[in-house]
Amino acid sequence: MKLHSFQIKRSLVAGAFFAIVSSLLVSCGGGGGTTSGADSTASGGNSDDNTLIGAGSSFDNPLFSKQFSEYNKANGLKVNYQSVGSGAGISQLTAKTVDFGASDAPMNGKQDSAISAPAIHIPITAGAVVLSYNLPEVKDTLKLTPEVLADIFLGKITKWNDGKIAAENKGVKLPATSIVIAHRSDGSGTSNIFTTYLSKVSEEWSTKVGKGSSVNWPAGLGGKGNEGVAGLIKNTPGTIGYIELAYAVQNQMPYAKLKNKSGNFITPSIASVTAAANIQIPADSKVSLTNTDAADGYPISGFSWVIIYKEQKYNNRSQERATKLLKLISWMIHDGQQFSSALTYAPLSPAAVSAGDAILKSATYDGKPILQ
Amino acid sequence: MVTRSDLPLRVINSTPEAILKAKKRAKRSFRQIRTENVFKRTLSLMGLVIIILVLGILLTLIVQSLPSIKALGPKYLWSKVWDPVQDIYGAWPFLLGTLLSSFLALIISIPFSIAVAIFLGEYHPKGWLPNLLKNTVELIAAVPSVIYGFWGLAVLVPIVRSFESSIGVEPVGVGIFSSSLILAVMIIPYAASLGRSMINLVPSHLKEAAYGLGATRWEVIRSVVLPYTKSGLFAGILLSLGRALGETMAVTMVIGNTSLIPKSIFAPGNTMASVIANEFTEADKPVYLSALIELGLVLFLVTVVINLIGKKIIDRFTNE
Repeated sequence: MKLHSFQIKRSLVAGAFFAIVSSLLVSCGGGGGTTSGADSTASGGNSDDNTLIGAGSSFDNPLFSKQFSEYNKANGLKVNYQSVGSGAGISQLTAKTVDFGASDAPMNGKQDSAISAPAIHIPITAGAVVLSYNLPEVKDTLKLTPEVLADIFLGKITKWNDGKIAAENKGVKLPATSIVIAHRSDGSGTSNIFTTYLSKVSEEWSTKVGKGSSVNWPAGLGGKGNEGVAGLIKNTPGTIGYIELAYAVQNQMPYAKLKNKSGNFITPSIASVTAAANIQIPADSKVSLTNTDAADGYPISGFSWVIIYKEQKYNNRSQERATKLLKLISWMIHDGQQFSSALTYAPLSPAAVSAGDAILKSATYDGKPILQ
Repeated sequence: MVTRSDLPLRVINSTPEAILKAKKRAKRSFRQIRTENVFKRTLSLMGLVIIILVLGILLTLIVQSLPSIKALGPKYLWSKVWDPVQDIYGAWPFLLGTLLSSFLALIISIPFSIAVAIFLGEYHPKGWLPNLLKNTVELIAAVPSVIYGFWGLAVLVPIVRSFESSIGVEPVGVGIFSSSLILAVMIIPYAASLGRSMINLVPSHLKEAAYGLGATRWEVIRSVVLPYTKSGLFAGILLSLGRALGETMAVTMVIGNTSLIPKSIFAPGNTMASVIANEFTEADKPVYLSALIELGLVLFLVTVVINLIGKKIIDRFTNE
């Protein structure tokens, strides 16, 4: 009897050992570790139709938290949003592990070719990137032109009292110190909006550096996250860096006025971002709000999008679930916008809301439109 | 394998009770052997799991960096541009940054860790002050690295900045030098603890003999303790180097994170671990992601190579 149980024990140990080895082998062969790991959550999530799952942009997270909690109070629907970053949100949507992704940049060509079915982008909110600086001697708000900004970040203007900066800031006593540039070290939508803007206004930037969520910065220091860049700016006199508007406002950091396409110097604010977005929006809404034609718009603005599959019948999703998702997004771009201003997000412009409505109506379940 | 018939069955008394007793004894000793076997098997299993784990990690790194190895070839290691926009990846600035900051940190930390080891091992092994020192040094290893990063950014960087402006280099504060200072503090306990226990192991008759010959304390340390413990001290230093090579969070916060090649030790730079942590989440292109994983593979191999060289040196020391 004892001997027998010993053999059982032995086979148990051996079994456990093989389980470990085989799971190791599976994880080795499984290509994308994140994809294979998350697959199981999708089926689990799909079984509960009263909880939707989303993932993506960390920029959107504070607004989404507020919107989802308000929507939950009114409609009882739970939304589990993982703020993992825009790129990761798109990968999770591609892997069909979430109901929606959220991103600060529209899907690029490579991401489009990786996804199995067409996805649609719905503009959900707008934000801005501001230029914050640390010049203790300067009391007035600094004014910058696109040319000067590009030259600073290209490392061509290296002193604060450079003639090009002084020309736009008459009467301001600029120090003779070196300019220290602070940029994001982590890949981010904020960098993407900022470098997209610089690529539009500077030919040299466009060819030398280009646009993207991580680029090869010609000069400067990198900080991780908005707080990292803000830390560099606060601690180093003579620093200029770019951060999100909301972060700058909440931390009372100074930020520069920027000359827009129409030639006006614009202070970044919720109103000037909404103004920048009040332009002709293309049918797919995948438009950059940088350097728009709006006369009173702040030029470094950008939409954030919710991305979903156009055909909602996949992975045995129920029609009920698809309808709930569409209703949620529709609520977010209408009633949900009232929570924007308090959290320093720019409410969607009327043009953006009507574009979003049209896109939502194009979503289908089994070929039939979901929203009437 | 021990079987039932091999067991010593010493039946002296052949009454039924005695036979039963003997059988019981045999059963017990059989059980003991069985426990031994199970224990031995468990140990070898655990050892095997560790080996499989490390090989698995290496295999995963190799498999996942294949796209980048195919696209970029070996020049990945020495090309100097890291440009995700144009899909050009060169690991050289980060390889350089990693080695520079780690070895600089090692050089700064060695005097401190060896001094602590000698003080605790030889001069004052007992008492409240050495105890306090010992616990404090061990605490250094227990503090999360993000706290070092934060402290570095808030306290150390301004000091380095004023130092930099006094010696006439561009005063930005963050850079390789700041990260080396932080790393130096973080790695002291590894070499110090191992060194202390090594010094404790020096046979007292050797030391007493030296004292008997009229050697001073310094002479005993120099010609008895240090030669006896040098392989242990070196192993501790190697351990701290390994820690410095892989440290991510604290370094990211103070190194300045630029892909440019550092011009001096005061210039900002970047390390391999820090680049991976920074760019992994938003690596939106397959080659980009793969290039980052290849960076992990390079870091893995650098650590392995440094460890192998260290082992060789330790062997040499002990064979002398």
